[in-house]
Amino acid sequence: MAYPPAAQSSPPRQPSVKVILAAADVSRVVDRIAHQILEKTQGAADTVLLGIPTRGAPLAKRLAARISTFEDVTVPVGVLDITLYRDDLRRHATRAVGPTELPPGGIDGKRVILVDDVLFSGRTVRAALDALNDVGRPASVQLAVLVDRGHRELPIRADYVGKNIPTALAESVKVTLAETDGADEVKLYGGSPS
Amino acid sequence: MIRHLLSGADLDAATATQILDTAAEMATVAGREVKKLPALRGRTVVNLFYEDSTRTRISFEAAAKRLSADVINFSAKGSSVAKGESLKDTALTLQAMGADAVVVRHPASGAPHRLANWVAGSVVNAGDGTHEHPTQALLDAYTMRSRLGRLAGLHVAIVGDVLHSRVARSNVLLLSTLGAKVTLVGPPTLIPVDISPALAPGTDVSYDLDAVLPNVDVVMMLRVQRERMNDSYFPSAREYARRYGLDGPRMGRLPEHAIVMHPGPMNRGMEITPEVADSPRSTIVEQVANGVSVRMAVLYLLLGGNNR
Repeated sequence: MAYPPAAQSSPPRQPSVKVILAAADVSRVVDRIAHQILEKTQGAADTVLLGIPTRGAPLAKRLAARISTFEDVTVPVGVLDITLYRDDLRRHATRAVGPTELPPGGIDGKRVILVDDVLFSGRTVRAALDALNDVGRPASVQLAVLVDRGHRELPIRADYVGKNIPTALAESVKVTLAETDGADEVKLYGGSPS
Repeated sequence: MIRHLLSGADLDAATATQILDTAAEMATVAGREVKKLPALRGRTVVNLFYEDSTRTRISFEAAAKRLSADVINFSAKGSSVAKGESLKDTALTLQAMGADAVVVRHPASGAPHRLANWVAGSVVNAGDGTHEHPTQALLDAYTMRSRLGRLAGLHVAIVGDVLHSRVARSNVLLLSTLGAKVTLVGPPTLIPVDISPALAPGTDVSYDLDAVLPNVDVVMMLRVQRERMNDSYFPSAREYARRYGLDGPRMGRLPEHAIVMHPGPMNRGMEITPEVADSPRSTIVEQVANGVSVRMAVLYLLLGGNNR
């Protein structure tokens, strides 16, 4: 059975999509953050990179790989799952818990750099700080993000920012990475067509 | 997501696998300095125990506390139940106190099902009569998976007093959901005649332990419930031990990789000899440790989100 033709009252509203960073830009930005980390941490001594799932985890691995290419140091990499520390657990159906993998040397006394794809309200980072508190006692904690889109709801800022993107609240930023989504890209989806 | 956990049959393969995966993450908490997660902060879990229990009650209590829930322990002894209060009135009392989950053990089969209709929160069956004990089946499945790496295709022998065993019933349901094959072994008097078609198609029954042992990956010994020993299900304890007890020579008939499980409490010298119980192949202590992780996963999945 064929569907009846749609009523031709108004053209469908297409949300606007804008590519902010293409694949080559993403890799340049990762390179720059890797350099900045080396610069700010005196050669990444006593430093551990912890990625926040989903896309912070592959980003942390990439940063570590770039750092070891630039300076021939091996930075331990781990994954910090924050599901059980979220402040909105009750507002959604039960979320699946992901793995937390700390590097063999642990994080006690180390400089921990949290890595995430997008910094928005800051609530994810707050949850990550709580989670970190329960798995060890780092000497200091820093934050690296691929994209900062503003609209913070908590007093949190990033130490390393790949790209600042001024956004409206209604817009959304979507990061895709080769490891998780097949291709590197950062896109801005408009809330209202302009 | 399910609201109650009353039976091994409540879980489909995806949900059961999710519980086992979550349990694996919960297990890492046991190795941390701070053995606590904030996920169930402000939630209340009531342990309602009408029957004696050590490991199950303590395990549920530890699980709820590690998730930061408030725990109220209720045992029938020393409560108004001793004055004759009914299950329903007790349930309504718990309801009024704002219990988000009730973990219930009861000597009557089906009591948790009734309770689930009376309270607004989640009900977890922690053993009802001779019916079911789903969290035990989950922790057994978790133990098998962590020791042997998989569940699908495993051959599991459940040996002993199947007739009265809630552990056996829940295990048959869950293991067949997860793709393992189960063979029930015991004296004919202790195996219900209709068990395999009724529980899970594909479940075998055997009365000869020695014939089954060389072909299994897991042998799960059940406790012979001493309180029933005078009911002439078998001629004598010694004869039972001779035919269905797991001793050193019998363990030698198992394949190299096979593991020995027991839900506890054990009758050493009856269904299992100390030599076997304390061997590296035995997972009995591991099962207890895994129980906490699995129950944390169950409580988190029932209470962690907004599943109403």
